[in-house]
Amino acid sequence: MSELKATRDAYGEALVEAGKNNENIVVVDADLSASTKTAKFRKHFPDRFFNVGVAEQNLIDIAAGLSTCGKIVFASSFALFATGRPWEQIRNTVAYSNLNVKIVASHGGISVGADGSSHQSLEDIAIMRVVPNMKVVVPCDANESYQAVLSAVAVPGPFYIRLGREKVPVITGSGNEFRVGKANVLKDGSDVTIIACGIMVDSAMKAADILAKDGLKAAVIDMHTIKPIDTEIIMKYAEKTGCVVTAEEHNVIGGLGGAVCEFLSENHPLPVYRVGTRDCFGQSGEPVSLLQKYGMTPQDICEGAKKVIKMKR
Amino acid sequence: MKFDEEFLKRKAAELRLDIVEMITRAGSGHPGGSLSALDLLAVLYYCIMNIKPEKPVWKDRDRFVLSKGHAAPAIYSILSDMGFFSKKELPGLRRIGSILQGHPDMRKVPGIDISTGSLGQGLSVAVGMALAGKLDAKDYKVYALLGDGELQEGQVWEAAMAAAHYKLDNLAIAVDNNGLQIDGKIEEVMNPYPIEDKFLSFGWKIKSIDGHDFAEIFDAWEWAGSSKDGKPSAIIAKTVKGKGVYFMENVVEFHGKAPTPEEGKDALAKIKEALGKIKP
Repeated sequence: MSELKATRDAYGEALVEAGKNNENIVVVDADLSASTKTAKFRKHFPDRFFNVGVAEQNLIDIAAGLSTCGKIVFASSFALFATGRPWEQIRNTVAYSNLNVKIVASHGGISVGADGSSHQSLEDIAIMRVVPNMKVVVPCDANESYQAVLSAVAVPGPFYIRLGREKVPVITGSGNEFRVGKANVLKDGSDVTIIACGIMVDSAMKAADILAKDGLKAAVIDMHTIKPIDTEIIMKYAEKTGCVVTAEEHNVIGGLGGAVCEFLSENHPLPVYRVGTRDCFGQSGEPVSLLQKYGMTPQDICEGAKKVIKMKR
Repeated sequence: MKFDEEFLKRKAAELRLDIVEMITRAGSGHPGGSLSALDLLAVLYYCIMNIKPEKPVWKDRDRFVLSKGHAAPAIYSILSDMGFFSKKELPGLRRIGSILQGHPDMRKVPGIDISTGSLGQGLSVAVGMALAGKLDAKDYKVYALLGDGELQEGQVWEAAMAAAHYKLDNLAIAVDNNGLQIDGKIEEVMNPYPIEDKFLSFGWKIKSIDGHDFAEIFDAWEWAGSSKDGKPSAIIAKTVKGKGVYFMENVVEFHGKAPTPEEGKDALAKIKEALGKIKP
């Protein structure tokens, strides 16, 4: 059994590590530092931490102002409020001028659970991906989260990093190399390719095991960077397997599934099935029950895989 | 630079010529708010701010945020006159390929500290810059100019709260209170008055002035820029929309409409005439 750890916990640890090495790193939060785990940074570097209260538009533009003075700014809230409320601030002020602001949000996806639809972000990947200059990263586990945060320090310009609330299995080894825009192939296969991000990477690995029992060899790709997406690896596996399933804890419109389909339809048309919420809102419930209810389980990925395998010419 | 009223009068008239010429040529733009804000900006740039045109991103410079980004022609006329970029760029306003976008772009125009255009955001950015100044123990000041209609944006008050909370006495703003916005009088569209009381209650200190009286403007910016009491400063400046062009003054339609070529010619002639009466 692999270790369980939330990606947001790794964020807090990575921030402290980054803060030790670089005094230009500052953090801005909007009254959620205990949940986003930026409180860990505040404890070590109280002078470099700014709470703006419940004011997400102010959060983003204060971050923008700090960045113009040479700071590497991490701005955090929940995924819905870090991207939805201040979308235009992100678009017009942060992204337009390519400012060094890293928006790192916890509580992405439906696995937020009991708080219900108002707190379940199922559109954030789409609305961040559509903004020019923005890089979008959805780590699959705590290891990857830690590395993604340190990478965002090293790569100038705006980032959106989406993290989760729940403790999830650590599935990548410590030797796992994280590079922005370079996907990791976790499992090779020849019948179907499963491209997943976030907590759905673990489900994709489980789906591959189930499919193997039926004699089907599924490749699993951890597409941690949705933008810029790794088109090289998509092309390689599209040619190798001839069909694709995408899996994300997000609306099937505009997120990872959308990004994969956009690339494939222009460059290598083939059957794709997108696992995710089907253009609907969530509700309160246990994360596991919600993932079942809204069709984001390993079983759902398997069914999608069989569908696209059948559609192959 | 020391205060010199004659110099400022002359300079402001010359800058108004540039503004009217630029917008007339472009065929679109925002003359009303550019002209109402100009005197506030001229005093700030020529007399108050610590900046170096030859080193536009000098780390210790004072910062400026044009939160009402549609007054871009006013700031372009000043920056080019001070030598941040060539005056030859001015006719390019709003043309494809030009550095002079309809609203200011920090990546294209030397001397612009932040890109603006969408109202309500500038004060937050200025708060971020002022926080950085405090964190780095720098002496630089952060100045911002806001519109009065812009005060209807809720984010302005998020930022006002944060500025007082973090005791940003290195932050000073002016509100260009020309009283008009696109749809009409500000108090009829959505009344932001009393502006002074609002800032006071948010923990700021305030000064109300005539935004076209150079001596009052100078005193106010100097007062705001030398603050050390832990409070941010707001100057509420009564101004005239379209100031300096007789047929634009207090005419709401000239918020976002360029003069026709004939109107432009007429305006330029009148400003030149007035300029002739100012002592050289």
